[in-house]
This record gives sequence, C-alpha cells and structure tokens, in this order.
Amino acid sequence: MNNKKLIGNGFRFFIYGLVIAFFAWAIYNQYFSYIFSQSSTFLVLLRQHFVLVLVSSVLAILIAVPAGVLITRPKFRKAEWLITNIVNFGQTIPSLAVLALMISVLGIGFNTAVFALFIYSILPIFRNTVAGLDTIDPNLIDAAKGMGMKPSQILFRIELPNAVYSILAGIRTAVVLNIGTAALAYVVGGGGLGVWIFTGIQLFDNGFLISGAIPVTIMAILADYLLRKLENVLVPKGARAVSNT
Amino acid sequence: MITFNQVTKKYSSEKTAVKDVDFTVDEGKIVVLLGPSGCGKTTLLRMVNRLESITEGSIVIDNENSMDLDAIELRRKIGYVIQSNGLFPNMTIEENVMIVTDLLGWNKKKKKERFNYLMKLIGLDPKIYGKRYPHELSGGQQQRIGVVRALAADPPVMLMDEPFGALDPIIREKIQDEFLQIQREVKKTILFVSHDIDEAIKMADKIMLLRDGEIMQYDTPSKMLSHPENEFVNQFFGKDRAIKSLSLHTVRNLQEVIGLAEMDESIYDTKTINVNQDLRNTLSMLLNQEADQVIVTNDQDEKIGSITIDLVQKYLHYEIKGKMSVSQEG
Repeated sequence: MNNKKLIGNGFRFFIYGLVIAFFAWAIYNQYFSYIFSQSSTFLVLLRQHFVLVLVSSVLAILIAVPAGVLITRPKFRKAEWLITNIVNFGQTIPSLAVLALMISVLGIGFNTAVFALFIYSILPIFRNTVAGLDTIDPNLIDAAKGMGMKPSQILFRIELPNAVYSILAGIRTAVVLNIGTAALAYVVGGGGLGVWIFTGIQLFDNGFLISGAIPVTIMAILADYLLRKLENVLVPKGARAVSNT
Repeated sequence: MITFNQVTKKYSSEKTAVKDVDFTVDEGKIVVLLGPSGCGKTTLLRMVNRLESITEGSIVIDNENSMDLDAIELRRKIGYVIQSNGLFPNMTIEENVMIVTDLLGWNKKKKKERFNYLMKLIGLDPKIYGKRYPHELSGGQQQRIGVVRALAADPPVMLMDEPFGALDPIIREKIQDEFLQIQREVKKTILFVSHDIDEAIKMADKIMLLRDGEIMQYDTPSKMLSHPENEFVNQFFGKDRAIKSLSLHTVRNLQEVIGLAEMDESIYDTKTINVNQDLRNTLSMLLNQEADQVIVTNDQDEKIGSITIDLVQKYLHYEIKGKMSVSQEG
C-alpha cells in the first residue's frame, strides 16, 4: 500500500517536473510572445473559440438531454437501439470528414463549424443521460408510482435528481472534447485558436503553435474544473453519496 | 374493507396469473397472502392499486370500485410498502416520509406535526433523523421509514409487499412486533404479501394460501393449521404445523384451559417465563434447559405456578388436535 503511494507520488512529481520544464523551455525561447505582441488578434481568436464551444455545447445539451429522457420513457423504449445506433454511427465519422461534408451544405464559416461540433457533442451527453436514467433502481420508480406520483413528478423529483451526476459527467466529457476539436474550425474558416495552431504547423513556427495550443489546453482544464464544481452544487447530497460508492 | 369480486388476471390467453379470486379483507384486519413464488400473490396485491391491470372482475375498496377512480388519486389513498424500502436517495428522511402529503398539498404545519407523530411511532427522534439521508440509516431503520411513509397521509388501506423480507431474522422479528403494536393503534386494513410461514402466522388475522393463482384456503391462522382443507395446505404448512400453531397461544391461554402445575420448590435455578409469552417459545425453553419445569410469572413478576412439557402436550391435544378431552389423555 505504502509502496503504491510512493510510486504514485513519484510519478506525479515527475509529470509536474515535465510541465515546468516545458514552460521554462517555451518561455526561454519566447514562444508565448505572440500572445503579447499580437494581443488584439489573440483576444479575437480566443473569443471566437469560446463562442464556438459555447454555442455548440449548449445546442448539444438542449437536444441530447431531452432526447435521452424521451427515449427512456416506456412508450419509446423500443426505439432505443435505433436512436443509439444512429448516434453511435454519427460519432464514427472522422471529425474532418464531417467538416468537409458540411461545407457542401452550409458553406464556409462559423455556422458549419458550430454544426460539426454540435454533432460531435451529442453522443457523450446522450449516452450518459440514458445510462444515468437506466441505472435508477426500478424499485424506486415502482414505489413512486405506487404512492401516486404522476409520470412528470417521477421524472423531475426522482429520476432526474438521481441521474444528474451521470448527465453532468457526460456534459463534462463533451465540453472538454469540444474545446480540443474546436481547433479544427480553422479548416472551414470558423476561426478560433486553431488559426494560430495551423499557422504554426504550416510555417514550422513553434511560437504560433504554442501560443495557440496552450490557451486551448488551459481552457479545457478550466472547463473541467468548473463543471466539477457545478456537480457539487447540482447533485443532491443523498444521491451524491450513493453514486460515489 | 377490500372486496375482490371474481378477480382474474391474464397476461396472455394461455398464461393466467390470478384465477377467479373472491374474498374480503375486513376493516382494520391484516390478511396475509401466502404461497410459493409465482403463485400470483404479488400480482394480486398490485392489482389493488392498479399497478397491474385487472382482466376480469372488480376490486371494491370501501364501497368504491377501484376502476371508477383515477389511478393516481386511488394510489394516494392507499399506503404502499415494498421489500427494498424504495426510499428516494436524493431526498431527506423527512421529505421521503412526507411525499404523499406533499402531493396532496398539505400545509407546512400539518406536515410537521404528522412527521413528528410518525417518527415517535417508530421510536426515532424526528429532529435527528429528519435531516438525514436514507443511506445514513441502517437497514432496519430504512424499512421502518418505508412503513411510516406509507402511513403518512393516514390512508385507510395499506398494501405491503414482503416489507420485512430483506431484513435479518433478529431485526425482522423486532420490526414485526413493532408493526403489530402500531397496527393496534392505527387499525388499518392491510393486505400483506409474504412467503414466510412463521411471519404469516404471526402477523395475520387471516391467511390466504394461493397456488397458481387460485385460492387454496382462506382462514384464520389457527384454523389453517388445525384444519387444512386439502393436501396442498397440509403440505405447505409442513409436519411441524402443530409446533408452529403453538406460537398462536400464550401461557395464559393454557392456564385458562387446563391450569398450571404446582411449583416444585426443591429445584433451584429454574428459569422463569412471563404469562403472556407464547407457547412455542415456552416449549423451546423447556427443551433447551432440559429441566422438568419453568416457573410462570404474572405481570407483577409474582410466581403463579409452573409449566411442564406434559402440560404443553396436553394443551396441544386439547386445543389444537380436534379438541380431545384432557382426562382421556391424562
């Protein structure tokens, strides 16, 4: 046990060391300089990136959560395999291909990028919503029904509060993935920090590459942290203890 | 009062779960539905609050046909307890207990008073337990909460589906006693599903034994044990049904019928037993201590006589096995 802890701690400090070394190297070579020398461009790209992620994620949540709820209602249960397969299929198409396909329909620009990211975010949210609702003890539903709760009351007072942990985990996965994938928006002229990353790749300019990539990484880590905090607020105290064990 | 009129449940044309069941649960009584698994007892129970549909026949609850009411309204008038307690993990104990009164729109003050009363019934402090969550309670406590939750809106009728089935034997027995105590106070009309014969004998005013959806016998526990109507009933209660039936009688019953024996003062260190104790426990005590007698005490702890294995046997013959005369046996 103690040995395991020692190895774990050693590994963690090794990683920390690597990260510090990387930043030291980047700062020494002045790879972050573009952020300051071209700060107005940087802010525009950062805002574009943020808006891309925000709009596509919100749309995905608005579609995937209700879809997950709907598909777990007894009436639509039989269609679950069909919808799940369609959503799974959507995920197997490479993201670049989706972007390319969308250009022929929506043209070039922000809308195409948002649409592609939206398609990509649906699956994790949908799947976790369904899983969260499916893992609720059927006895709870039976008890709720037997006490005379209406289906809507069962959904909002029993099912969703007990599934919210799983649903939020799906949203977190989707948003974090989304922040990374949004760099591809550059390919269809959707803007975002991908502009600097791809410029850096094409010009072999580590300065552009790192000035674009590091903010994306920090954004993803921040989003993950904030959504975890949100979990503590939204998940009911009793349900949290159950899902943690 | 719950009346079943020729109730039948078919899942398909070949599969019949409940066949022509016809009986009445009297006001304030506990009827235990007993039988092997798959006999239709749970289905029968769930038909009362319409969690299962009725194929043919009708169920009348307090002079109202269950089909005439809205299913949601009907269920709010019927207490429902299930085996795995079904407490909602996202709600506190107080929210769990008061959920039906919440649905019925009771005001805050009335709910608080009711909650305090209910918690007192099961001997848990409402101030301490009200704010806790189900996972913070022991299995026995959770099941008690499940029972009082069904009592919350004071429904005249209660349905209990193996409510104590998941508890360990010691806690189960305790909660059974506690529940009977509560029932003496609240006097609900109760339909109770069990697969445990001892539980049925203990809890029931009347037992209904079912097989393949048909009634085998509907009688009081003592009649059921002493006069089984057919071979199935006889076999179901088993060879030791005479011993099982002893738990329906107390030392006081025996004293009233054949009297107690003299105390043999020469034997020291004999155990004592209260006059209200049932005869099954008394017999176990006699057999365990391998003594000839156990001293009987009354409620004031005064020694009023002694009881022997012979006496229990006589009583068994006299009271249970066809009322034979005592003198013949003697």
